[in-house]
Amino acid sequence: MIEILLEDQCVECDLCVKVCPTNVFERREGRAPVIARQFDCQTCYMCELYCPAKALYVSPNADEIVGISEQEIRATGLIGSYRNSIGWEKGQKSTANQDLAYKFYLK
Amino acid sequence: MAIEFTQSYKLVNQKYDLSFKADVLVIGGGPAGAWAALTAKENGANVILVDKGYCGTSGATAPSGSGVWYIPPEIEKREEAMKSREALGGYLSERKWMKRVLDRTYENMNQLEKWGYPFPVDENGVAHKRSLQGPEYMRLIRRKLNKAKVTILDHSPALELLYDSHGVAGAAGINNQTLQTWSIQASSIVIASGGCAFLSKALGCNVLTGDGYLLASEAGADFSGMEFSNAYAITPKFSSITKTAFYNWASFTYEDGSIIEGAGSQRGRSVIARKLHEGQKVFAQLDKAKNDLDLQKWMRIAQPNFFVQFDRMGINPFEDRFEVTLRLEGTVRGTGGIRIVDETCATSVPGLYAAGDAATRELICGGFTGGGSYNAAWAISSGYWSGEAAAKYAFSFNRNSQDRTLIRKQVIGINEHSSTKNFLAASEVTKMVQSEVTPFDKNLFRTEEKLTPALLRLNQLWDEAKTSLQENHGNIVRVRESAAMLATSRWMYTTALQRKETRGMHKRLDFPKLDENQHYRLITSGLDEIKVNRSTLFQNT
Repeated sequence: MIEILLEDQCVECDLCVKVCPTNVFERREGRAPVIARQFDCQTCYMCELYCPAKALYVSPNADEIVGISEQEIRATGLIGSYRNSIGWEKGQKSTANQDLAYKFYLK
Repeated sequence: MAIEFTQSYKLVNQKYDLSFKADVLVIGGGPAGAWAALTAKENGANVILVDKGYCGTSGATAPSGSGVWYIPPEIEKREEAMKSREALGGYLSERKWMKRVLDRTYENMNQLEKWGYPFPVDENGVAHKRSLQGPEYMRLIRRKLNKAKVTILDHSPALELLYDSHGVAGAAGINNQTLQTWSIQASSIVIASGGCAFLSKALGCNVLTGDGYLLASEAGADFSGMEFSNAYAITPKFSSITKTAFYNWASFTYEDGSIIEGAGSQRGRSVIARKLHEGQKVFAQLDKAKNDLDLQKWMRIAQPNFFVQFDRMGINPFEDRFEVTLRLEGTVRGTGGIRIVDETCATSVPGLYAAGDAATRELICGGFTGGGSYNAAWAISSGYWSGEAAAKYAFSFNRNSQDRTLIRKQVIGINEHSSTKNFLAASEVTKMVQSEVTPFDKNLFRTEEKLTPALLRLNQLWDEAKTSLQENHGNIVRVRESAAMLATSRWMYTTALQRKETRGMHKRLDFPKLDENQHYRLITSGLDEIKVNRSTLFQNT
């Protein structure tokens, strides 16, 4: 479930508001968006993947709020890890062309 | 007293904040809807695509991706590909359709390569197109839609279809973010809104609540294969990542670490369900890949989010045991859906088409689909055909010379007057439906003894919902979703009771064997009174 939106990291592009399929975020005038409907989150990680500013953290816990603090999450360095592994960070290339699934498990 | 303009009031009185016109309306922006919209546009139609969420992230494909039934046009390979599916599906698929889907998927995947999808290329320079990364695929497709000038309305769930003197003629809905009501006048409609996973939080599936089934049924369409609606996927207990391919490298154990005999990802999933149902905890560990570091590296690239869930919990899935559960995927990885009447993916309602998981996939899978591969191929193919046909239908007569006044039908959950007490809330309906479709002993291990009373309760709930389900604090989308899930559960169980045998994924404990005499499809229709008819296959072999 979406846990954290780091306001100081957020660039207020409102992409999360736009791309969240279950409309979890709410746009705010001149401010970072807010996590307005946390329990509608389906834990699909799409917001985090599209966020260009490492401002969002989705906990893998789908059914309950973990209550992790901003400090804790900054310390883990996990924010943005999904976007990084897909190769969507600035200057990166998509990792889709390195997918060797055809070699080792797709028949 | 001021009149309260609820969303329902505006819909009932057709007071739309926004009105649009198109030749073709596509409902749903996953792969099937996107292919439909692109193809309709290519055929010269003006196209509007509405998505309940955001076209590009919405649905089961975007956050995951999957294998694709991409087989080169070599007779032997295709023969093998088709043959491998037939027994699993209980011989309810058709070669004719399999061939068409293999051909179409081959063409369209090659098209994706031309559009710039980064397929992996091997040391001989050959591109491998047997899998698609969801985020990449759907981002690319959205770009193509924009480039083709398909109008996309995101966060715009369709809540009801609209009609004119010819039949279906558009849809009305709201925008979830602006709360504006909208109507779209169209000459033909493609329903590509996915299947129904009953808000189980299976990956990407919470937008898939059977909405398109309800719309189609209200327009008079029927269904095929609704008994094949009980897919469950393995996931770590805490998680939403219902991706199961890597559990082929797993051992499944009891809490004390001893092996659960027969438990597995593909064949042994019901063993896991049985243990969970008994109240046992089930653990998994990908120990069969423990010593292969290359394989582990490849796995990480193939399915990044499979590892995101573990990395964030401090679990090494190759070294550590973690508790697992099964999440309901319902018809998303089932095969039942809106019945297709011809090669264009037309439904039984003129001008109304169905594609992707919203449509039945029995034609290529019969009663079982082991993974996303066939569904992905079906989404691509049925999307393409329905889009092409919808465009042609739109041009086949000049509707603009006719009376195109859009009228509505009275539908469940959208009522002009709301009462402040004694009404049925969407959340209550959803909970009750979930309590009937989620338990393994009702939906997975089916018996007449359990199905009959469950269906009775669901039918009673429907009768109650017809008069008292209503919007409350602006939740009209939730209201219609709950009605769609309720209707879906009733189509499922009514049909499941009629198939008194075990075939495909439909397991009847009271009829544990396949019965040659029941080699037919079951066609389900109706909302208040549900009817099931048999449809014999003539074209098989």
